[in-house]
Amino acid sequence: MKVLAAMSGGVDSAVAAARAVDAGHDVTGVHLALARRSQTNDSGTRGCCTPEDSRDARRAADIIGIPCYIWDMSERFAADVVDDFVLEYAAGRTPNPCLRCNEKIKFAAVLDRALALGFAAVVTGHHARLRVGGGLRRSVDLAKDQSYVLAVLTRHQLDHTILPLGDSTKAEVRAEAAERGLTVADKPDSTDICFIADGDTRGFLAQRLGRAPGQIVDATSGAVLGQHHGAYAYTVGQRRGLDLRTAAPDRRPRYVLSVTPATNTVTVGPVEALDVAVIHAARAVWTGARPAPVTCEIQVRAHGETLPAAVVPTGDGGIIARLPDPARGVAAGQTIVAYDGDTVLCSATITATGRETTPTAGGPATA
Amino acid sequence: MAYLDHAATTPMLPEALAAYVATATELGNASSPHAFGRGARRRVEEAREAVAEALGASPYEVVFTAGGTESTNLSVKGVFWSRCATEARHNQIITTAVEHHAVFDAVGWLERHEGAEIIRLPVDPAGRVAPEDLRAALDRSLDGAGGTRASLVSTMWANNEVGTVQPLAELAAIAARAGVPLHTDAVQVVGQLPVDFAASGVAAMSVSGHKIGGPGGVGTLLLTRDTPCTPLLHGGGQEREIRSGTLDVAGIVAFSVAVRAAVGAQAGHAARIGALRDELVARVLAAVPDAVLNGSRVHRLPGNAHFSFPGCEGDALLLLLDAQQIACSTGSACSAGIAQPSHVLLAMGADAASARSSLRFTLGHTSTRADVDALIEALPGAVERARRAGRGIRSIP
Repeated sequence: MKVLAAMSGGVDSAVAAARAVDAGHDVTGVHLALARRSQTNDSGTRGCCTPEDSRDARRAADIIGIPCYIWDMSERFAADVVDDFVLEYAAGRTPNPCLRCNEKIKFAAVLDRALALGFAAVVTGHHARLRVGGGLRRSVDLAKDQSYVLAVLTRHQLDHTILPLGDSTKAEVRAEAAERGLTVADKPDSTDICFIADGDTRGFLAQRLGRAPGQIVDATSGAVLGQHHGAYAYTVGQRRGLDLRTAAPDRRPRYVLSVTPATNTVTVGPVEALDVAVIHAARAVWTGARPAPVTCEIQVRAHGETLPAAVVPTGDGGIIARLPDPARGVAAGQTIVAYDGDTVLCSATITATGRETTPTAGGPATA
Repeated sequence: MAYLDHAATTPMLPEALAAYVATATELGNASSPHAFGRGARRRVEEAREAVAEALGASPYEVVFTAGGTESTNLSVKGVFWSRCATEARHNQIITTAVEHHAVFDAVGWLERHEGAEIIRLPVDPAGRVAPEDLRAALDRSLDGAGGTRASLVSTMWANNEVGTVQPLAELAAIAARAGVPLHTDAVQVVGQLPVDFAASGVAAMSVSGHKIGGPGGVGTLLLTRDTPCTPLLHGGGQEREIRSGTLDVAGIVAFSVAVRAAVGAQAGHAARIGALRDELVARVLAAVPDAVLNGSRVHRLPGNAHFSFPGCEGDALLLLLDAQQIACSTGSACSAGIAQPSHVLLAMGADAASARSSLRFTLGHTSTRADVDALIEALPGAVERARRAGRGIRSIP
């Protein structure tokens, strides 16, 4: 089969491409140029898609014996991932840009182009498995499992995807890369957000959105506990970096409960106020089952814990998840993924959460 | 395999390769006074004389460099620095909007870091500069005291992407009348058009080895005796105190053999590949009726054909043709290999989409009709597929 291997310059995608060749496919490599300029050449804190990465991708392709082209997706990446990331924070939500990149770039723009150019599928180095007969499962390496960030893909997208690494642990992949003579075998894993190479998300947002001073208000007492330079910089569940000038009346630590862009207010409260028993989410994608009420497990963060839940599809294409044991620190904008064992049932974007049965928009109910 | 990318690099001529191998086995640093060094020096000086004779220069005017990019950088920056050092008012550089990146980015750097004022002459839709635009720019460069603020003019002789040949003799005469040195990038020209440095009237000319059947990593800057030029590379001062670095004797000898061969064969070569190129153009336009030939029909390098294929992305076409063993170029690429809309096509009035839809086919001394046949067989299918891919991309909201 003629397939297109997305090669980031990292070890996973290199081994995935090599395995696709071994499986008898006619493989063409493609490296996506997503960011126009590298922010740093420091190999300790790497983003993706620096000139070093494109070189690594091409060297891996040389060794595997396949051609590798560079596709410039930087304009789309800027619009669909980076701008979206900034806008989501500005709206008081918490986006996951990796998931967005998979949804909009790797398995949309790239896949569409690949199919149009005569390729049958896209090969990636994600740690997840495809189910026989369709759908998505977790990797055997639970610590590296990336099914969460792929759960937004539709059946059509998954049907044209090859994930050669799902049955291997990361350690096995690295060992195999070394055996194959791939120079990227000991390259560090990419970390965090590729377009914020120095890891300073708050600084990145401040640069884009400017300073917008406002108040940090205690949900319990109504007291103003401090000031902030922009509500967008805060995420539900956050405790560190609040810089409260006034201690809360009960002297207990405070966590961000909600961010309200309309009033530029950050609301904080005690830890138990973060508890969430109901999650409302929109734009559900069901790849593991037909939409139907189901008792399952949910996950609301990449590499987060799973919690039991009862998930019910709503009439408007969303879902409601009810949790017998509360989840903590769930923000609007995050993605909820429902699993049956290791199989992805569906994913959806969280719009509201509630401590009981009545949800409040933008964060946990605080009453 | 059909290799249609001779403007990127062309196979070494057998005689140049033989000269390279024969010289590379000889020991000696051309700067050493002993017998080994004298032998090396002699080979370099014979090569210098051969290059000078073939290109209509005097041996002293031949400055060996590591290739076209070094030659253009040395000329543009070196002449600018030198003229500014003599007269601070000489802070203008007049160039064109269609230069190769080796000039385009060098003047851009001088603009950002050295306070240079850059005047980029526009081109017509075929990519040609109007001599009267240069004359007007030089007139505007005059200061009140009757002197000029222009330090140099840098204009390519023929464009590396679309193959358009500039009216160099006229431009050189205008610059000479104004007393401003003119550098020309002739990297694509040697072997394709007659070149006579002295007769051209330019002050500096860049030439590259691997574009004409010589080795990579060697070239020359032809520089008249009276053109001041500050070095880029400091050290032993091997080349006229303008360029330092131990000379690559084998590379220089092979380069000289290639220059002589390319210049000697120029007329016949241009006639042969010009006819083959005309056939390629006619057959491409017949096979893909809405393809657009970019550049000039008249003022064009004989080996160059450059098209826009509406609705296609050039890099998708390149991938599809590569998969069928046909090598061509999107015309411009940055170091990471990212295809960007060509500044040359934009300057010629193309929009970004049409600039991205372009592909360059260039012929050279090993090109045959079979190469054209292979292209014509593969191209229509590739265009059709690339068009579907192009539409696919744009349809995503």
